[in-house]
Amino acid sequence: MTYLIEGRDGPWELVVGLEVHAQVISQSKLFSGASASYGGEPNTHVSLVDAGFPGMLPVINRECVAQAVRTGLGLKARVNLESRFDRKNYFYADLPTGYQISQFTHPIIGEGAVEIELADGSTRVIGITRLHLEQDAGKSMHDQDPARSFIDLNRAGVALMEIVSEPDIRSPEEAGAYLRKLRMILRYLGTCDGNMEEGSMRADVNVSVRKAGEPFRTRCEIKNVNSIRYVMQAIEVEAVRQVEIWENGGSVDQETRLFDPARSETRSLRSKEDAHDYRYFPDPDLLPLVIEEAWVQGLAAHLPELPDAKRQRFQDEYGIPRYDAGVLVAEQATADFYETVARGRDPRLAANWVIGDFFAALNRTGRTIQDSPISADALGGMLDLITDGTINGKIAKDVFEEMLETGESAADIVERKGLRQVTDTGAIDAAVQAVLDKNPDKLAEYRGGKDKLFGFFVGQVMKAMAGKGNPALVNEALKKVL
Amino acid sequence: MMLTELTIAGAQGGLRRREFSATELVGAHVAAIERLNGRLNAFITVTSDLALDAARRADAILAGGEDAPALTGIPLGIKDLFCTDGVRTTAASRMLEAFVPPYESTVTANLLADGAVFVGKTNLDEFAMGSANITSAFGSVENPWKRAGDEETVLVPGGSSGGSAAAVAARLAMGATGTDTGGSIRQPASYCGIAGIKPTYGRCSRWGTIAFASSLDQAGPMARTVEDCAILLQSMAGFDVRDSTSVDIAVPDYRAACGRSLKGMKVGIPAEYRVAGMPAEVEAAWEQGIAWLRDAGCEIVEVSLPYTKYGLATYYIVAPAECSSNLARYDGVRFGRRVPGESLDALYEATRREGFGAEVRRRILMGTYVLSAGYYDAYYLRAQKVRNLIRKDFENAFRTVDVLLTPTAPSPAFAQGEKMDDPVQMYLNDVFTVPASMAGVPAMSVPAGLSASGLPLGLQVIGRSFDEESVFAAASALERAAGFTHRPAVRAEVV
Amino acid sequence: MSLDPATVRRIARLARIGIDESDLPALQRELNGILGWIEQLNEVDIDGVEPMVGTGHAALRMREDVVTDGDARDAVLSNAPDAAGPYYTVPKVVE
Repeated sequence: MTYLIEGRDGPWELVVGLEVHAQVISQSKLFSGASASYGGEPNTHVSLVDAGFPGMLPVINRECVAQAVRTGLGLKARVNLESRFDRKNYFYADLPTGYQISQFTHPIIGEGAVEIELADGSTRVIGITRLHLEQDAGKSMHDQDPARSFIDLNRAGVALMEIVSEPDIRSPEEAGAYLRKLRMILRYLGTCDGNMEEGSMRADVNVSVRKAGEPFRTRCEIKNVNSIRYVMQAIEVEAVRQVEIWENGGSVDQETRLFDPARSETRSLRSKEDAHDYRYFPDPDLLPLVIEEAWVQGLAAHLPELPDAKRQRFQDEYGIPRYDAGVLVAEQATADFYETVARGRDPRLAANWVIGDFFAALNRTGRTIQDSPISADALGGMLDLITDGTINGKIAKDVFEEMLETGESAADIVERKGLRQVTDTGAIDAAVQAVLDKNPDKLAEYRGGKDKLFGFFVGQVMKAMAGKGNPALVNEALKKVL
Repeated sequence: MMLTELTIAGAQGGLRRREFSATELVGAHVAAIERLNGRLNAFITVTSDLALDAARRADAILAGGEDAPALTGIPLGIKDLFCTDGVRTTAASRMLEAFVPPYESTVTANLLADGAVFVGKTNLDEFAMGSANITSAFGSVENPWKRAGDEETVLVPGGSSGGSAAAVAARLAMGATGTDTGGSIRQPASYCGIAGIKPTYGRCSRWGTIAFASSLDQAGPMARTVEDCAILLQSMAGFDVRDSTSVDIAVPDYRAACGRSLKGMKVGIPAEYRVAGMPAEVEAAWEQGIAWLRDAGCEIVEVSLPYTKYGLATYYIVAPAECSSNLARYDGVRFGRRVPGESLDALYEATRREGFGAEVRRRILMGTYVLSAGYYDAYYLRAQKVRNLIRKDFENAFRTVDVLLTPTAPSPAFAQGEKMDDPVQMYLNDVFTVPASMAGVPAMSVPAGLSASGLPLGLQVIGRSFDEESVFAAASALERAAGFTHRPAVRAEVV
Repeated sequence: MSLDPATVRRIARLARIGIDESDLPALQRELNGILGWIEQLNEVDIDGVEPMVGTGHAALRMREDVVTDGDARDAVLSNAPDAAGPYYTVPKVVE
């Protein structure tokens, strides 16, 4: 499914590459011992190293390196056993030393790949160019004083992974799918929480357009977009803008732009661009980072099962459809929940309940799987009652609602409310007879050939039995009499 | 007894034998500072009261018995580039005129832990950029030495650790800390007739020392004898987890190395240091040094360091590049001088224009240029490649010899006002000291004699990485042979 | 290579060092003097030579991921020329 922008004189193809900044999950900062946790009173998660005091020096955090390696492994990427740190020099209010420590020429992670799936079920592989470690900046606040901006350095020096994709993305949908997949992988790995609202994952979006078969044209970089939806919108409006420029005989300037969601447009940040020349050079305070192959192997051995592999296993091991498997592995917690429910039970029944009623209930109550009122074991207990014939599927829905409300176990609810399914054929036959007696006209119609009325009779019998009849036995009894 | 004439080694014994108290020893130096600092301007900040308090504590410790730490009660000057907790630290810059660090540098913390008493913060070239101590925002330092028969002309003490060198030479402190990026310990030591060693890069922690050029900066001691330098370096050196370039190698007994025999030691004489135009008296001092070492049992070997002549040009790319980045933090926001501006950029530009002196601004601009887009490969990258060649020169030489012997500087101290029109002329003072800095190897200057005009001339001993012991051994032998007992015209006991 | 006044202005701007037009001739002369002198490096054959990186003595040490620092706002703000409550300040930045 090719995404094309219809121009005045023919279709244009979209070319997009993404640079994702993902905050590393760690206790302390990349180069200082100050806390890396989110929040905190202003300037309390700040060491003199972070504030760039004279004579302060960086010392690298092993866990941040490990997190980058884990992420590289998760992206099936090359791990560079020797990498280096460079200084990116520029002045800004929230950059205390006047340079950001980053990895320019020798990143810790090289080429990798992410497979994405689109709505039509097709898949594509998006190349990863590199991943490198760098420092986050502090925060400027502009609305507390009429003349001054206030600076809080709590975030300054927190480790970031910059994950750069190849310009392989060809539609807004692919960009969205890529970001969702990347976020899923990071969350599985536990290397980034992927929380775009808190800014722990943000994207710079490189967009250009071209005619089919052409080499790349000039691109623009849309900085710091902080939601997947905005990324998709920004790509769309930026592409249209560029097509218009080209078609009007102009040319696109390579520049940094900002996406304004309120006006759904991108704006030039040219003023900020003013003479940017980062003067990268190797940071003389740091030696080359050399890691051992054995250490990398150790980290690889402890990686969790990743979404693609888990999804395949769910299909193979549980015999559930690919789509369902995809839904279940979207979050590690969901997959774990499902596996607990499915263990020793009918995995398809388990998948139907988890994806169906259970997800609906979470949605309705605004809960997450972590604070779900029904545990995986409790849901499994209910499925056991269905499987052993204690309750039927319809009653199960009532029991589930009751569990949601009271937190009681399914067995207790069935016992307390007397919901045990009726399998006594005598009672079923009596109920069937009573229904037939009450509806002579319908009976006549049925016998006259209106087969569809069978369902009506099943419904009436079940209603008469307060839903507790065993559906198979009810069907059987009705067929016999009819 | 003239307490200000003592060596550190001598004072250690005297204090322990209770021949004098730490209070007397420190008091004598504080008094000398009060009398002479107004003229010499060797100290930016004098901490007399803190020093006398510390001396009283030292006396209490000394009274307690034998186990007083090595430097208990020894008065030292601290180059004002080392951050000292609660004591103003300026880097001789208007930028940091009022900066009071809430932390103590590792090197000074080591000295304090060993009982040393700090009498004040010594003057330097602004941010350690200079070879004559004339770029300090707190005024230039006067060299306590005078040309024979010329009491008028004010000579420079060398730089950048000129305040430390002048203070030690004039007996205002028994020793001092210096930092050396391209010769900033060795060249002023040579100009002021004292000893000073730049140890191997990575030997002394850089943590808490204000950075000039991170890949070159090394702290080291300055004192009147080689043995005193060994005693001080013993305390200053050591592994520090807070400095990623600090090297985890045990610190050997430097003082013991000073007495070591030189029998069989191979001393290299690098042909390329015989530069055109070297004054005859400098060359003569060098020849004398060679003879002394030969007499001490050394084998003298001619060696070649073919890339050494590019050391200075390489240095003047690498050091400014690093300084342009290291000094970006002085922006008027978190510490230091702030000159108000309408916008953020206006604040930066005004602050950095007023806060930095001309030489610092010039080096920042130079460094910015050599790193900028389009010029990086031609300047910075090329310089780092040449630097590797320079390092390999030393590695090759040290395959056949144990130490190298060269002059420290191409001339004795010059007068204030000389060599000031052209930055390049000023840079040439470091021609002999810069190569060892580029290679990271240890190097020491030791006084060898006087020039025709009566000014001290130093010789430089360069050693293998982490082999400061051989440097101390060779420098001690030179010191013994030279029997350098000359003293500067301006000094504590001269009223 | 030799610096023209526009280049001197550009690098001063990059370095955020304010300069007056009247400073330009002297700066240009001094910087060009230094540049002319370091041109001598062009005669060195650097083919196949690696640039010096690090010190050659060791690889980078890594520290454990433990919070050992921070929570020292007074120290962090102790030298701030214009602190406002718990913050550093700068002239208003318009995004």
